[in-house]
Amino acid sequence: MSAAPPLPRWADLYLLPALNLLAAFIVCGLIVLAIGENPFTALGVMLKGAFVFPGSLGYTLYYTTNFIFTGLAVAVAFHAMMFNIGGEGQAYLGGLGAGLVSLSLAPVLPGLIVIPLAVAGAALFGALWGIVPGYLQAKRGSHIVITTIMFNFIAASLMVWLLAGPLIEPGQMSPQTPKFEPSGQMPSMQWLLGLAGIEIASSPLNLSFLLALAALFVFWILIWKTRLGYEIRTVGQNPDAAHYAGINVPRVIIITLAISGAFAGLMATNEILGVQHKVLLNFTAGHGFTGIAVALMGRNHPVGIFLASLLFGALYQGGAELDFEFQSITREMVLMIQGMIILFSGALVYMFNPPAARLIARFAARREAANV
Amino acid sequence: MTGADVSGSAPGRAPPAIELRAIAKSFGHVQANQDIDLVVEPGTIHGIVGENGAGKSTLMNTLYGLHQADAGEILINGAPAPIRSSADAIGHGIGMVHQHFMLVPNFSVLENVMLGSEGGPLLAEGREKILAILEGLASDYGMTVDPHALAGDLPVGLQQRVEIIKALKGGARILILDEPTGVLTPQEAESLFRILDTLRQDGVTVLLITHKLEEIMAATDNVSIMRQGRMVGHRATRDTNPEELAELMVGRKVLLRVDRGTSSPGETRLSVEQLGCVSPEGVQLLDDISFEVRSGEILGTAGIAGNGQSELLEVLAGMRRPDWGRIRMMGTEITPDAETDPDETRKRGVAHIPEDRHRHGLVLGFTARENAILGYHRGSATGERSLIDATAVTSHCEKLMAEHDVRPPNPELRARSFSGGNQQKLVIARELDTRPDVLIVGQPTRGVDIGAIEFIHKELIALRGEGAAIVLVSVELEEILGLSDRIMVMNAGRLVGIVDRHEANERTLGLMMAGIGAAEDAA
Amino acid sequence: MSDFALQFILTLDASLRLAAPLILCAMAGIFSERSGVIDISLEGKMLAAAFTAAAAAHLAGSPWIGVGMAILVSTFLALVHGFACITHRGNQVVSGLAINILASGLTVTIGIAMFRQGGQTPLLEPAERFGPVEWWLTDLMDHIPLLGTVYRELISGHNVLVYIALLAVPLAAWLLYKTRFGLRIRAVGEVPEAVDSAGVSVYWLRYRAVIIAGILCGIAGAYLSTAQGAGFVREMSAGKGYIALAAVIFGKWRPAHAFGACLMFGFLEAAAGRLQGVELPLIGEAPVQLILALPYIMTVLLLAGFIGRANPPAAIGEPYVK
Repeated sequence: MSAAPPLPRWADLYLLPALNLLAAFIVCGLIVLAIGENPFTALGVMLKGAFVFPGSLGYTLYYTTNFIFTGLAVAVAFHAMMFNIGGEGQAYLGGLGAGLVSLSLAPVLPGLIVIPLAVAGAALFGALWGIVPGYLQAKRGSHIVITTIMFNFIAASLMVWLLAGPLIEPGQMSPQTPKFEPSGQMPSMQWLLGLAGIEIASSPLNLSFLLALAALFVFWILIWKTRLGYEIRTVGQNPDAAHYAGINVPRVIIITLAISGAFAGLMATNEILGVQHKVLLNFTAGHGFTGIAVALMGRNHPVGIFLASLLFGALYQGGAELDFEFQSITREMVLMIQGMIILFSGALVYMFNPPAARLIARFAARREAANV
Repeated sequence: MTGADVSGSAPGRAPPAIELRAIAKSFGHVQANQDIDLVVEPGTIHGIVGENGAGKSTLMNTLYGLHQADAGEILINGAPAPIRSSADAIGHGIGMVHQHFMLVPNFSVLENVMLGSEGGPLLAEGREKILAILEGLASDYGMTVDPHALAGDLPVGLQQRVEIIKALKGGARILILDEPTGVLTPQEAESLFRILDTLRQDGVTVLLITHKLEEIMAATDNVSIMRQGRMVGHRATRDTNPEELAELMVGRKVLLRVDRGTSSPGETRLSVEQLGCVSPEGVQLLDDISFEVRSGEILGTAGIAGNGQSELLEVLAGMRRPDWGRIRMMGTEITPDAETDPDETRKRGVAHIPEDRHRHGLVLGFTARENAILGYHRGSATGERSLIDATAVTSHCEKLMAEHDVRPPNPELRARSFSGGNQQKLVIARELDTRPDVLIVGQPTRGVDIGAIEFIHKELIALRGEGAAIVLVSVELEEILGLSDRIMVMNAGRLVGIVDRHEANERTLGLMMAGIGAAEDAA
Repeated sequence: MSDFALQFILTLDASLRLAAPLILCAMAGIFSERSGVIDISLEGKMLAAAFTAAAAAHLAGSPWIGVGMAILVSTFLALVHGFACITHRGNQVVSGLAINILASGLTVTIGIAMFRQGGQTPLLEPAERFGPVEWWLTDLMDHIPLLGTVYRELISGHNVLVYIALLAVPLAAWLLYKTRFGLRIRAVGEVPEAVDSAGVSVYWLRYRAVIIAGILCGIAGAYLSTAQGAGFVREMSAGKGYIALAAVIFGKWRPAHAFGACLMFGFLEAAAGRLQGVELPLIGEAPVQLILALPYIMTVLLLAGFIGRANPPAAIGEPYVK
């Protein structure tokens, strides 16, 4: 096989991601077909469930918020060529941080003080859970992937112990904390827009969504506008050149993982401060892993991450609608789609490169010939 | 075909062990081998010399089937031998000892030798056979090695012996050795050449790839010289001498004369005392290097590539820790105990144009403007504010591009998309822009077109005129002679000598580079 | 016989039952990783196999058909992993993760479509499961104190897949250390260039290693749903694949050592199960969660070089480019 010609930039940026996504959806469609349902009907139901039904958009954006945070966590580490697979555990710990602040301060302080502190608590605890694997990678050479996987499980054990033990609501059996006082709860979007006189349907959407949008912006500034971001990208692209440039490579890796963990931790502001108003088991629900799909699909760029988060938000919300409409397909199908997207947009990302490049080159040559 | 013309072989004798005809191989845009003809007589040791990057390894990898030539023909013992894989090469009785050993470090010697010729699905079946081969090679050629030792625990010389055993185990009659002595001590090298001599007496044909001329002179029967991907000459070793070989290797590039003007050296800006450096494997990379460089002076460092110059540059730039000695430079003191880093070194007014712009000098995936601040991203080029001032960076890059003739002058273009010469000009622009007090520069014109070479040379001379102290490392002898005020010659990590420019010529330097001459000869 | 001794023997017995799938998965992981392919998809392959085994055993009425189908499905997923990582040089971690998530989604989706039981398979009849194999002379041995109990509880009375898991260890060790194939697998994970230069295909070797991993994970999955359990329950692999991966690392990529790690991890899980809510002298309530997290904590400490050193195969995670 001869070497494929280089791919034009537009094709690399838009065509190939689209092709990969399409391939994932085609395979999923074929599976739906094999189950005996019409994939297009299913898609229609999901779209309606995600955007059309009253309140559905709120739910979609609520899921989107989670995925923005976990997607950013993975993306920032990817920029340093670090694979943080531990978003799940970092988000879990973030919930602990937010919960501890809300539980202890909400009874005595107003929301205006408690909420920012709780948000900071979420970021801080997430960051701590990222720093340790970062340090072990940078200074002790432990593989970040394995360490972060292990830290997910350690986080799970820790949280079970805390929620079933020291933090359990007195007199209750189920492993969760008491409910936060109102000043420890993130206000809902319905409330905020109500202040402005806009009526929206009730949904779990809360101010964390705005925080997520702000995080996207902060991410953009950090990666492309700050000196630290420049160092992160240099370490990721060429660690030898980074060393030549006087960048302390291990230090940058540790800082990157701290930021990554902080982003993941912020997911808890949506789930814990915004919706559950208590810390409970398994609230992360695999969203940390979805963040990997989001970052891969969104190509580690805030716009891409937003769009990918929106897609997954719509899939999760629309997927819930499947349960009502179909006998044989359910919301679990969304996991399958997610897996396919990770497979095609991640592991098989280069599969379409050579054929696409050859096709484009042939097309360009033909057009050139026609012009002559 | 021109193969017979260069062979010097008389008709009626045994066919050549190896004959290559018009071999060509390119990697992307780089033409690594071009129109290569080679004839190797059976039962001889045939040397192939050339500088690093001359295409020797590419040619040997083609012969061994690790990649395939784009054009040309290979004949083994007179018969066409299409070699598409290393298995083909092994089938034709060719064995190869790679420059980087292909040993599994946590395998025993026996396991390493068995790999690929296990003699059956169960290891027990082949083990005795391989042990017998090991014993046979030990008694025939004196290649003794403990079969049960872990390969990774062996000294480098013995590891190489295992590689030779691997190459010969299947009865190979042609043995390729790629830079075999690069990592050996002199004693180990001596023992290697004794083994090669025994092999030759036994009728084995040996191809010896090296850039060390003394080895060629001492060990080979014939020698072929490569330069820039081409064969530039074939000689019988007894009819040639190191000077001629050095000249052929380095070539006589039409170099535009640089008007160096006169130098007026000022105060000492850089002094190096008894510097020493050892690789993690224990190889002495730098040994007892001492010199001084003054303001307004270019100290050229000549030497065939791989003789310690790269390590010297890295130590001076703060990228590598020395193991002995001390360096004083612009208030920085580098010793094994008081480490510095490239950032600190740069802040003290030392700039560094690295030898390898792809590995160190540039981030190829970054745009030109992002590369224009590499190493200076905490400085004024990125503006005074806490965020990087994109406008400032762009205009800084535009200024660099205009002043140093980088084409196309587009700051948004990725470094990967520039030609080699313009990539290099971008690196040089970045490093010279601060008007450094000390400049450390390696291979400033490697892979650069003639026009850019002239431009780069003028820039270095201009910086010297401003009073900078410059350490220049280059494998291009003409570049050294054209730019330097004094010339230091390195061989095997040691300083052969330092001579004044007006006392040096290609002959004296060539001898010193080969490690033959000494400083006293030139002084 | 003392109550404590009986308790201890019963705990060891439970350890072995819990360790069996870990052992199979760990051997799978050893083959894949020794060849240079990171395998975090042990979990997904096992989960998919568990579902397949239960579904096929239920439909065909035989656990053996269940195991066979489970092996096929798990091997198919292994080939997907190989296709992405070996042929297309994709990121091995991303590929493994994709397979894990795919397995989570597909098992439930297909399960609902097939059985309409919320993602579970119907409860398996005894004939559709692997029952305990009672060894000879168990009744006779019962007359010997202690040894009889050990024989009855610990040695006899397991299902056939437990014995297969136990056999997998010497078999894996034999393959790796005594055969040509094993020599090449070990070499290709360390210095693939050496294998290539010896004229052996790096890709085909790695594919074979990945296929073996698929087969072993298939048996492990079948164990969960047709031997240990009586049917498939969603997410029934419950992180066992990751514990097996930890055992691979803890065992320094060697079958016998990894086997030891699996037994230890199985014992920790069994002990945690028995200590739930038990008051211990001095410590107070048993730290069950800490015990359960110990495999992960120990693996992290090992990887960081705080307790010994685990050096992974040198070429692991790197796609081979000629």
